[in-house]
Amino acid sequence: MLELRSVTAGYDRRAPVMRGVDLALAPGASVGLLGPSGCGKSTLARVAALLHKPDAGRVLIDGEPARGWRHRAPRAQRTAFGVVFQQPRLSADPRLTLTNLIAEPLRATGRGAEAAGRVSELAATVGLGADLLGRRPHEVSDGQLQRACLARALVLRPRWLICDEMTAMLDASTTAALVHAVEEYRRESGAGLLAVGHDRVLLERWCERTVHWGELVTGGTGTAEREPDTELEPDTEHGPDTDREAQPEVA
Amino acid sequence: MTEPLSSPVLSVRDLSVRFRMRGDTFVSAVTDASFDLAAGECLALVGESGCGKSVLASALLGLLPRNAETAGSAFIGDVDLMTADERTLARTVRGRRVGLVPQSPAAHLTPVRTVRAQLEETLRELAGVRRPQSRKAAEAAAERAAFPAGHLDRYPHELSGGLAQRAATALALIGDAPLLLADEPTTGLDRDLVDRTVDELRRHVGDDRALLLITHDLAAAQRIADRVAVMYAGRIVELADADDFFGARGPRHPYARGLLNALPEREFTPIPGMPPELSALPRGCAFAARCPAADEACETVPKTVDGVACHHPRPAAAVLEAPHA
Repeated sequence: MLELRSVTAGYDRRAPVMRGVDLALAPGASVGLLGPSGCGKSTLARVAALLHKPDAGRVLIDGEPARGWRHRAPRAQRTAFGVVFQQPRLSADPRLTLTNLIAEPLRATGRGAEAAGRVSELAATVGLGADLLGRRPHEVSDGQLQRACLARALVLRPRWLICDEMTAMLDASTTAALVHAVEEYRRESGAGLLAVGHDRVLLERWCERTVHWGELVTGGTGTAEREPDTELEPDTEHGPDTDREAQPEVA
Repeated sequence: MTEPLSSPVLSVRDLSVRFRMRGDTFVSAVTDASFDLAAGECLALVGESGCGKSVLASALLGLLPRNAETAGSAFIGDVDLMTADERTLARTVRGRRVGLVPQSPAAHLTPVRTVRAQLEETLRELAGVRRPQSRKAAEAAAERAAFPAGHLDRYPHELSGGLAQRAATALALIGDAPLLLADEPTTGLDRDLVDRTVDELRRHVGDDRALLLITHDLAAAQRIADRVAVMYAGRIVELADADDFFGARGPRHPYARGLLNALPEREFTPIPGMPPELSALPRGCAFAARCPAADEACETVPKTVDGVACHHPRPAAAVLEAPHA
């Protein structure tokens, strides 16, 4: 069970993005969290993935409270999560080949020996041809890079997958392919999924249950009370540097 | 397409772009693209990332890198964008004949200057409006794109995705260009904002402009396009009326059909495999390796007949009446 209990979080204690949010995800279950851009759903996803420390409230992983955030989270908790961000370009180290990109979490946890086997196995799962694995991010398309990012998220066999607008940049066919890859992994591993996005049709098709941001947020400065166009920092492209800084610690 | 149009705004014929790489290899980003675009019309160019659609847009603006080699023609009025020199492009084309609505407005806008300053600068360059008139003119320009006057003194990073998009659109409209070129204008926006953004673009087209909407978002294309061009591995494989394409008849090219069927509101099944590398295109049909209908005929590149480049297109009675533009 992954539980968020009365979580208040944001980037300024005086104006939290959300207040007192509760969300529970059973093992093997999938929840789609819907909301407009700028509402704070990515922040929630980051809290759920232990990448952002909430101002108040708790995150429970199988009943055990999260004991740290980002790189300070204990390894067992940290590696229970696989995270895929919206923009693969910002969440991939441009110096790494796709093989090394996918294997990085294994190396970071001292399991580099498993890399070769796992990478080729995962490359097949996400539909990456062997010819692409030796390339660096600038040599592949967004869709191909996102496939590698998904493989990286799966490499440690996480029990929880957090997909934050995983397919927002992608065409219909790549979207369907990635969602199928996630679902195949979940079928085989029993992992739970929190998929965050704004595409109602997609999330309703993908997840067993969808929650709208408005239902989740009771206080705070969530979009419910905001004019959709007047918020200051809503742009998904310019989220709080999410991808770049958060990525290395996912491992 | 041979339909007689009352002098199209944009007429593209056999346009090809390839990039020369090290070791004398080539990346063929666009191959033999042909289409016309009439005033009052919106053509959506759809395809997956890396299919060459943005390169086509750059070609139309004369913004290709140095190692690009082009062939074919693209006429706007009497100017061939493929052969025009930089001076012509800079002084008469960009902003004046082609208005660009960019993919990432936040990156397109100058980060250290306010929206007002950027509007005034563009007004000065394109319309010769100087102070003190420029203040009013900037407000009028902002209003055309529904950008609220109260936000004019903000910097780009202080704007939401939707507002930044409107600021960029306002800039694109200033030159009254007959062609609006929108390159993935809705990437990363949520559905409501996508709908609003494309509706606004459609409104700006009116009767005397044309809109080339480059997108991977089929829903956005369906919402506003009159015609749809599907690009695969650098080629336009299908060019059809949007009503036919999204409606009962459906796409005729197997790739286009697969793309549509991948939508979550349809079958949600991906097309198997991946597109070929543009640096190593197969000799024949580029889609054959992923195509259920492929046979020996597909070892040659299919000609475009009735808007479809396929040896085994889905037969469509409706297509005999020829797409009207």
